[in-house]
Amino acid sequence: MATKVIAGKEVQINDEGFMTDPAEWNKEIAAAIAVEEGISALTDAHWKVIDFCRTTTAGLGGKSPTLRQITAGTGVSTKELFSLFPKGPAKKVAKIAGLGKPEGCV
Amino acid sequence: MKRLLIIGAGTAGTMIANRLRRALDVEEWNITIVDPVETHYYQPGFLFIPFGMYSKNDVVKPTRDFIPVGADFVKAAADLIEPDQNRVKLADGRTLGYDVLVIGTGAYIHPEETPGLREQEWGRSIHEFYTLEGAIALARHLRTWQGGRLVVNVVENPIKCPVAPLEFIMLADWFFHEKGLRDRVELVYATPLSGAFTKPIASKHLGYILEQKNIEVVPDFVVEHVDPDAKKLVHYDESEVEYDLLVTIPLHKGDELVARSGLGDELNYVPVDRHTLLSKTRDNIFVFGDAAALPTSKAGSVIHYAVDGFVENFLRYVDGLDLLPSFDGHANCFIESGFGKGLLLDFNYEVEPLPGRYPLPGVGPFALLQESEMNHWGKVMFRWMYWNILLKGKELPLPARMSMMGKWAR
Ligand SMILES: Cc1cc2nc3c(=O)[nH]c(=O)nc-3n(C[C@H](O)[C@H](O)[C@H](O)COP(=O)(O)OP(=O)(O)OC[C@H]3O[C@@H](n4cnc5c(N)ncnc54)[C@H](O)[C@@H]3O)c2cc1C
Repeated sequence: MATKVIAGKEVQINDEGFMTDPAEWNKEIAAAIAVEEGISALTDAHWKVIDFCRTTTAGLGGKSPTLRQITAGTGVSTKELFSLFPKGPAKKVAKIAGLGKPEGCV
Repeated sequence: MKRLLIIGAGTAGTMIANRLRRALDVEEWNITIVDPVETHYYQPGFLFIPFGMYSKNDVVKPTRDFIPVGADFVKAAADLIEPDQNRVKLADGRTLGYDVLVIGTGAYIHPEETPGLREQEWGRSIHEFYTLEGAIALARHLRTWQGGRLVVNVVENPIKCPVAPLEFIMLADWFFHEKGLRDRVELVYATPLSGAFTKPIASKHLGYILEQKNIEVVPDFVVEHVDPDAKKLVHYDESEVEYDLLVTIPLHKGDELVARSGLGDELNYVPVDRHTLLSKTRDNIFVFGDAAALPTSKAGSVIHYAVDGFVENFLRYVDGLDLLPSFDGHANCFIESGFGKGLLLDFNYEVEPLPGRYPLPGVGPFALLQESEMNHWGKVMFRWMYWNILLKGKELPLPARMSMMGKWAR
């Protein structure tokens, strides 16, 4: 598996740039990945969603939450999620939060 | 006399009733199964109806034919589970008590949750094939359809049999070829996921297949609403996909009973331990099949493997022993890819679909992650197996837990 230095720390990543060990994640890494994803500054609204994903993923056996789980759990609407994390919020949040890519079974 | 109550006589409830009736002493355990519907549907067969390959008669049988001797069938809907009282209120006013409850109430489509879907164009330019009526209406529509842009759209996951939409579009490719219409049909698959196949090895082996069939994939498409008059799907980010014929796989939810009884998550699925199927909040409620919130496919084959390991576990449970973590999320799905061929996937919670041979390592006869005619026959045989072996809870000579033998991780 490949590694990459993000915000001064060496972390493991997969082919698509998703971190593979959530324990290696920290807030500086999140901010740096966000910039790569075109989000220049993480606001409180972003953090609310990121924090939620970090905490629920553990309960989901390491699976990143779906959009609906995020909206139900945070009260942030899908429309808002798309403006906070343009073009694919579930995938983007997962990446920034140091979690795996949301996947189907195939 | 102890009471085992099963809600839902679908794939899961019926299998459990058959397996446990044989395993439990009739003198000690009463088994009751409640369901308001007296028809059992072979849902995997719905896929073939739009193309005239199956008809209604191929997919329905009387529920009672599959209820084992020594179990009681009660024709009624469960209206409320009262877990604190260990009882279930039925819609007809009766109440049934239980020592152990099994929930097998399934998952259902909700087109009304997406604005524009179930409105004036429903059944005209907008169709679905996840219900028998929907599949029959679509068959009628396709018989005379003259071509255009056919879009298959998955509104939101999880859905039943996650590969069925892909199978539908590959069968459509074949169907229009046979009709001599293929050059007048555009086939488009719009999915909220990042691609038709998302697991790395499966996408490497299968990615080419849609391209070869000239099926366009629109990834990351999350539909906010449908404009039925302008015939377009509108994304939350305001991008659009136009169609002439929309085949939607609407949002799925568990039965309202689950929500009313306070046992469900945001989609009315019941959270359970993923290795034992025991409810996370109640130690005498098990959940099988589509009703459970599990990170594996909502599919009949999954239920078969889950039930396989459950029987021994239930006997331990009755004796007061700890449950074993017997279920590993094992699923296998035959995927119809058209022109008399099929694909086969085999995976579980931990291991993604890999290439190889199944079930005999190196021999097969089924090829994993590869198109073959044998895999198509596997799917055809599945219907016979479903009615004659799986539902009746007979043993299949296949191991319940997934095996890595005969597979390679590339
Ligand atoms: C188009 C399509 C293709 C598919 N293809 C495949 C495939 O190729 N392979 C595969 O393995 N699986 C496939 N599946 C999935 C498979 O059919 C389901 O996973 C399986 O039938 C689920 O079984 P279940 O018992 O959980 O639910 P169901 O079989 O749906 O049964 C639920 C039962 O609960 C009853 N019920 C609901 N609410 C109540 C209540 N309140 N009180 C009492 N009873 C209630 C219902 O009447 C119903 O009889 C497919 C499904 C579809 C729709």
